[in-house]
Amino acid sequence: MTDLAPPSERPRRLALPRPLILGGTILLLSIAVATFPTVFAPYEPDAFDYNALLQGPSMAHPMGTDNFGRDVLSRVIHAYTIDMQIAIFATIFPFFFGTIIGALVGYAGGIAETLFGRVVDAVITFPFLVLVIAIVSVLGPGLVNMYIAIGVVGWVFYARITAAEIKVQKRLDYADAGRAMGYTHMRIIFRHLLPNAITPAVVYWMTDMALAILLGSSLGYLGLGAQPPAAEWGVQIADGKNFMATAWWISVFPGVAIVLTGLGFSLTGDGLAELLRTKR
Amino acid sequence: MASYIARRLLQLIPTVLFILIVVFALVRLLPGDPASAILGDRAVDADVERINRELGLDRPLVVQFGVFVKSVATGDLGDSIHLKLPVTTLIADRLPVTIMLTVMAALIAVVMAVPLAFVAALRRGTAADSTVRGAFQVGLSMPVFYLGLILLTVFGAKLRWFPVGGYGEGFVDNLYHLFLPAVTLAFSLSAILMRNLRSAIIGVIDAEYVQFARSKGLAPKLVLFRHVLRNALISTVALFGLSIGTLLSGAVITETVFAIPGAGRLMVDSIYGRDYPVVQGLTIALAVLVSVTFLLTDLVQVWLDPRVSR
Repeated sequence: MTDLAPPSERPRRLALPRPLILGGTILLLSIAVATFPTVFAPYEPDAFDYNALLQGPSMAHPMGTDNFGRDVLSRVIHAYTIDMQIAIFATIFPFFFGTIIGALVGYAGGIAETLFGRVVDAVITFPFLVLVIAIVSVLGPGLVNMYIAIGVVGWVFYARITAAEIKVQKRLDYADAGRAMGYTHMRIIFRHLLPNAITPAVVYWMTDMALAILLGSSLGYLGLGAQPPAAEWGVQIADGKNFMATAWWISVFPGVAIVLTGLGFSLTGDGLAELLRTKR
Repeated sequence: MASYIARRLLQLIPTVLFILIVVFALVRLLPGDPASAILGDRAVDADVERINRELGLDRPLVVQFGVFVKSVATGDLGDSIHLKLPVTTLIADRLPVTIMLTVMAALIAVVMAVPLAFVAALRRGTAADSTVRGAFQVGLSMPVFYLGLILLTVFGAKLRWFPVGGYGEGFVDNLYHLFLPAVTLAFSLSAILMRNLRSAIIGVIDAEYVQFARSKGLAPKLVLFRHVLRNALISTVALFGLSIGTLLSGAVITETVFAIPGAGRLMVDSIYGRDYPVVQGLTIALAVLVSVTFLLTDLVQVWLDPRVSR
């Protein structure tokens, strides 16, 4: 944006981008529900009630009950705990190791960078889900194995983003100044370059958490992620799929939770990107 | 152009080799061994040894890899443990279904994305623009299996406009059976393409060469299609190529939801049945399919903008 832009188009200082406010609100609420599910849920997630099987939404059960008489709302709420965990655990290790490897590769350049480029090329030729379920098939289903499978593939994207950013930073004067001061490479990379290079990786992290929820619930749906009777949105949708024509509420409401949480993460990511862009 | 094609074809060789290394490493190096996975927890040592010998797992890794590459190169991917058929036969049988589903989804995604992107870009900042962009956000957060289940229930089970699954007999019937799954699969891709194309159109619509074309008195439609769309498409085609992997991932889930006998369904079934050779073979086949698609989209980009090949 140049100075020639009319005043109304100039970025307003201080004001937070609207997507960030909306997304942030959704996320904060989601975290609150995930942390204290029992405060919000009217029933136990696994409480069977054989007098209330497959009941539609009512005052007693706002989202109805499933084929075991379990309260769908309470299950959706308790699923927040697992699905928000998936969003965090499936992405935090790739984020951590990916940025470190990316920083080292970007700083070193040369053969390390060429080799890394080939690894990236190889990984992106695999359909992500196919590679993840192939890994899960070797390790066996379950949440921890799912995290491992996503981590084995996911770090590459963070590393690629960080390496590109470090390559820019290492040519700047302050990096030379650090070298002239006799700082070690490690100190220059992690104390000086990385803090200035990490922004794009953080923005991607937000989007990645939305993707992790989609992937996690997909694996849950396929029976390769969280295992029933756990309350997890994908598992819930799979549980209700045979009742879609008669008791749609079992599957439909967990899906709304997925879409809403995904929106929370991607809006936050967009808003964060906007905020950090105008700051520069 | 010819030398560019030759160069890109040569680049396929290391890519395929890397694919083989990754798949090989996946099965051999990850914890948990195939034999006990196949036989279950109560496997007898003698059976484990027999399976290991059958799969060649008792030999040195380098030798194993050599044997693996050689057999893949000759089109031998081993036999399915459960279906007792060569994996190559199974893939030849099932992969075309997946390719057809994916191609249909890609076409539908483009048909949905291009007009919407034009509407959003040409009426930037209006209600139409924000509606399209809002739909984009929802489209990206919507899991494939959820959308599929809803479409299947509404248009299949309730309204009975479409079959509730399967693949049908004959080409026309196949198209009819695959329509709903293809729409499901196309949804998020069209959202991604739409967003990219929208900003690409906004990027070129005020460019000098477009203004020049207009001032020459060319018909507005001609300017839009020949000058704006062609240049806006370059980055979208690149994105399209990169999205093929995502599309195939979605196909795995879509085929499961709609009970379509494609490669994705076979993959999921094989994982349930711990049918290692099939999982391994399909992973290779799908990765090779993606790298061939990368090649094709690169060629389309060169056709759109010959400068790319330099």
